[in-house]
Amino acid sequence: MSEIRFPSGEVAIVGAYESPLRKAPGVHPYAIQADCVAGALADAGLEHGDVEGFATAVAFPPEGGDPMEIGEVVEYLGIEPRWLDSTDTGGAAFVSHAGHAALAIAAGFIDVAVVSYGASGRSSPVPAGDYNTGSWGPGAYEIPFGPSTVSSYALAARRHMHEYGTTSEQLAEIAVQCRANAALNPDARYRDPITVADVVESAAIATPLHLYDCCVVTDSGGAFVLASRERAERLSRKPVWMLGFGEAVGQMQMNQMADLTATAAVRSGRDAFATAGMKPDEIDCAQLYDSFTITVALTLESLGFCPRGEFGAFVADGNIAPGGALPINTDGGGLSSNHPGRRGVFAMVEAVRQLRGESPGATVEGARTCLVNGTGGSLSATATTILGV
Amino acid sequence: MSTPAKPVPYPDELSDAWYEATAAGRLLIQRCGACERRQFYPRARCVHCHADALEWIEASGRGRLHSFSTVHYTPNAEFSDDVPYVFALVDLDEGVRVSTRIAGATEEELACDMPVRVVFEAQGELTLPLFEPEDR
Ligand SMILES: [Zn+2]
Repeated sequence: MSEIRFPSGEVAIVGAYESPLRKAPGVHPYAIQADCVAGALADAGLEHGDVEGFATAVAFPPEGGDPMEIGEVVEYLGIEPRWLDSTDTGGAAFVSHAGHAALAIAAGFIDVAVVSYGASGRSSPVPAGDYNTGSWGPGAYEIPFGPSTVSSYALAARRHMHEYGTTSEQLAEIAVQCRANAALNPDARYRDPITVADVVESAAIATPLHLYDCCVVTDSGGAFVLASRERAERLSRKPVWMLGFGEAVGQMQMNQMADLTATAAVRSGRDAFATAGMKPDEIDCAQLYDSFTITVALTLESLGFCPRGEFGAFVADGNIAPGGALPINTDGGGLSSNHPGRRGVFAMVEAVRQLRGESPGATVEGARTCLVNGTGGSLSATATTILGV
Repeated sequence: MSTPAKPVPYPDELSDAWYEATAAGRLLIQRCGACERRQFYPRARCVHCHADALEWIEASGRGRLHSFSTVHYTPNAEFSDDVPYVFALVDLDEGVRVSTRIAGATEEELACDMPVRVVFEAQGELTLPLFEPEDR
């Protein structure tokens, strides 16, 4: 296929909502999700009866809940969508849902779609490990050896250090910037500023990653609403247009990752830039999934915002700070604001808020374009979208 | 609270054969009869050319440490009594990468790309191919 096509500028995000909850013991994830769907529809000026398409990521064991099924969520919400998407690529899923929904809307099958998420990663009473897969089949050759999500990402961090001379201090700078952004966000899980020394002296979780290299664990949810151009132009909120999209799967278990220092964002980003007809230097700000500091580092390089192996200098030069060339994770990200287990929905919501001039965290003056990149599993799957106003 | 038992795969014909071999001190990988390339983990078809002409071959057990992480905390309760332990990736000389743990070595003794060799260790009813530095 020589050219991929996407309905650039034909579909908009017209409503967005992030739950202010961060700790919610005793609250079922569906209850959080129901509030988020209502919040996003209210933001859009739409009602439940307008929802023709619905998407959510369905399997939640890593967030300490029973597995979900999209039919049960639809039943709980009391909606009657004619289009469903339960793609679950972990944290990347909600970015994928946005792309899939845009294609369905542009094709005329639906006019309005809701993407939502709710989880109690912090307080769920259901015990859970954090394996990406079961141990029947492919997992038989990795799970008995004791992988964990943090140690899987740590393997990539170690290899990046070996190949490029990257230091823990360079990774720590990413956590420090996210915390500085979170300090401005009243809903962020943690708001007290931290230093590079705080990060590298925090407890080792899985070397070379420390506690503050890792995202927070919260109970929360979020949702956003997509609509056709015709519908968006009749609504009250400023439309945030979907300009480009890509998604890709790399691997599930770490032994299948040929190059530990590049993620599937090489492919999802390539498609997102191609469909938007844009280049990295045309992006004003970005929400880059920050499950761990290394996730951001590899994503900056894989998307082409800086050369391979050079994220450290890119970050040290102030590029990811407000006022820099590419401010990122302006709400504080998963590292400091909100991460129940699958952060992609919050990255989408923050991109919308930022482009409306309504970020609760750091404001990027005059931002017209925002790239969102989700990363799920163990550097497994990515989805990239470019939004614009 | 007692520590849950270590994860044991539900059996299938491939994992049965692979773990029967590890119990006998042999590390198996697959070779494709159509394109002659090797693969890990075991599958029904070749991941390179998609032929179903796969055969088992025994790996030499030698390779290089591609990356490693000392796990100090894990949410997976079956392993929480084992910390710290070193989770690792090893590139076998036969050209495939495996997930494993490093046996009896601490982080200070390890470096990416150092030569390692297999050592078989029991874990409950399974025998796992772990690795140790070759100069040990
Ligand atoms: Zn083959």
